[in-house]
Amino acid sequence: MPAPARAALAVEAVGLTKTYDVGTVVDAVDLAVPTGICFGLLGPNGAGKTTTLRMTLGLTEPSAGRLTVLGHELPMEAQRLRARVGVVPQFDSLDPDFTVRENLVSYRRYFGLGADQGPRIDDLLGFANLEARADARITTLSGGMKRRLSLARALVNDPELVVLDEPTTGLDPQARQNIWQRLRQLKDQGRTLLLTTHYMEEAERLCDRLAIIDHGKLIAEGPPTSLVAEHLEPHVLELRGEQARSIDLGGIDGLRVEDVADTRLVYARSEAPLHQVMERAEGLTTILRRANLEDLFLRLTGHDLRD
Amino acid sequence: MPATPSNERLLPRLGLGFVPVWQRNFLVWRKLMLPSLLGNFGEPLLYLLLLGYGFGQLVGEVNGVPYMVFLASGILCSSAMMGSSFEGLYSAFTRMSAQRTWDAMLNTPLGVDDIVLGEVVWAASKACINAVAIMAVAAAMGLIGGAGLLLALPVLILAGLCFASMALVVTAVSPSYDFFLYYITLALTPMLLVSGVFFPLDALPTPVALLAYLLPLAHVVELVRPLVTGGTPSHVLLHLAVLVGYGSVAFVIATRLLRRRLGG
Ligand SMILES: Nc1ncnc2c1ncn2[C@@H]1O[C@H](COP(=O)(O)OP(=O)(O)OP(=O)(O)O)[C@@H](O)[C@H]1O
Ligand SMILES: [Mg+2]
Repeated sequence: MPAPARAALAVEAVGLTKTYDVGTVVDAVDLAVPTGICFGLLGPNGAGKTTTLRMTLGLTEPSAGRLTVLGHELPMEAQRLRARVGVVPQFDSLDPDFTVRENLVSYRRYFGLGADQGPRIDDLLGFANLEARADARITTLSGGMKRRLSLARALVNDPELVVLDEPTTGLDPQARQNIWQRLRQLKDQGRTLLLTTHYMEEAERLCDRLAIIDHGKLIAEGPPTSLVAEHLEPHVLELRGEQARSIDLGGIDGLRVEDVADTRLVYARSEAPLHQVMERAEGLTTILRRANLEDLFLRLTGHDLRD
Repeated sequence: MPATPSNERLLPRLGLGFVPVWQRNFLVWRKLMLPSLLGNFGEPLLYLLLLGYGFGQLVGEVNGVPYMVFLASGILCSSAMMGSSFEGLYSAFTRMSAQRTWDAMLNTPLGVDDIVLGEVVWAASKACINAVAIMAVAAAMGLIGGAGLLLALPVLILAGLCFASMALVVTAVSPSYDFFLYYITLALTPMLLVSGVFFPLDALPTPVALLAYLLPLAHVVELVRPLVTGGTPSHVLLHLAVLVGYGSVAFVIATRLLRRRLGG
């Protein structure tokens, strides 16, 4: 069977909106995810990331807007779409009554695929580095192993699009690196990745494009480096200590100041004025560094706690 | 392929998607077969032996048959009701919430309609397996027997479909396991007591007996008891119609409620 022509956009959403009794949780979001890239969705807790993904999978119906995924109009063609998508959910849904291998086999049956269809189970176990644990019970796996198995499970139907909701939350740095490496592999195979994360480093390293949403609204979109460049001066000096806020910045031009908890951030277009500030920062801890995605994220979404 | 989102269809979609759902439950059951059989068929058997022995001495004959025979045929029916109800309540709720089994299924081309059908058919299959086990023991004890057993089995499967669908309606609106106690205490237990399982319906005041006939279990008993004790049931179509009616209405309601709950 010839592969269907690849559309330029894997996901296209226009005015995507979801309203519950409690209010509008996704608010007129426009998204365009080019085929073959890794696209990251960032946002504080409750921003509407999972809800956006659920609509993208045809699991919940948008209240308004138009949504096309892999060429399928949603929600009408949800079933046909899901045959071509792999999902790694935010919360593990591995079957505790089955072994590692049985989890893959039974999940493949949900797609109506037989033993001779789709990738070989042994290859998936190899991809997840779980060959040695093939017959282990799920309850005996570490958090990292479970996530790798969830990822392998999402591949039983050889999906063109893989949707991952916080794939590395709760993992240690080694396990996280391990997942990243596998995600790059999937992208190299030509698959499109759509993921959410709370880790800015992950978003910066892994994603070709990012969208930041807050209170259901899209507030920024673009490649990570240009997003930072677009909104922030390239250099920042962190000042920490009791006197951080009372430091005298008089007479130094081109500074912009932001206070975050007990830290004062001083931004500038070049390093020179920041060196001047450092000379006055007697007794303070100073860190001179480049502005990054975390700075941008906090700048755009504010510093208040979300619940 | 439907041109409307599945949520907007009035009636459940009946397709082969239920097969992998059923198979998943079957494979898990097979792994845990021993404890499961003990629970689902050991307990009714205990009732049969102890109640039958204890009351049998006092009661002697009921409706012209020894009490043990009367009770065995009744317990066959009540265990089908209890088995499929508990599968549709506690086991289904676990798969819906704690284990997220249904969430995983919904991330594939399977839909809520496939899951509901798969769960109902599975609960009925389990009721059937348990019924066969109880029949085997009761037949070996010489309490029931004959070709009627083979006719009783489809009735018990129908009962399983019916009670599982009703249980899934409750599961669909349950915030937690505790909620099931309302259904068990207010519906299942009274039905168990007034439907002619332990004593004949004509021992009850007429209004209570009439009330019992408004509920499904009495109709299961009316069909199964004659079949397994060498008699011929009467009003067969009426009894079947009540079971099909309860079952299909509950099935449609359960599907629609679960679509809302899982697709919100
Ligand atoms: N079925 C629902 N009914 C009502 N409100 C809901 C429902 N699902 C989600 N919400 C609300 O919508 C908002 C967005 O939730 P969502 O799960 O999409 O956030 P999120 O960005 O994924 O958050 P997190 O980072 O914590 O996972 C939250 O306020 C949540 O309480
Ligand atoms: Mg989420």
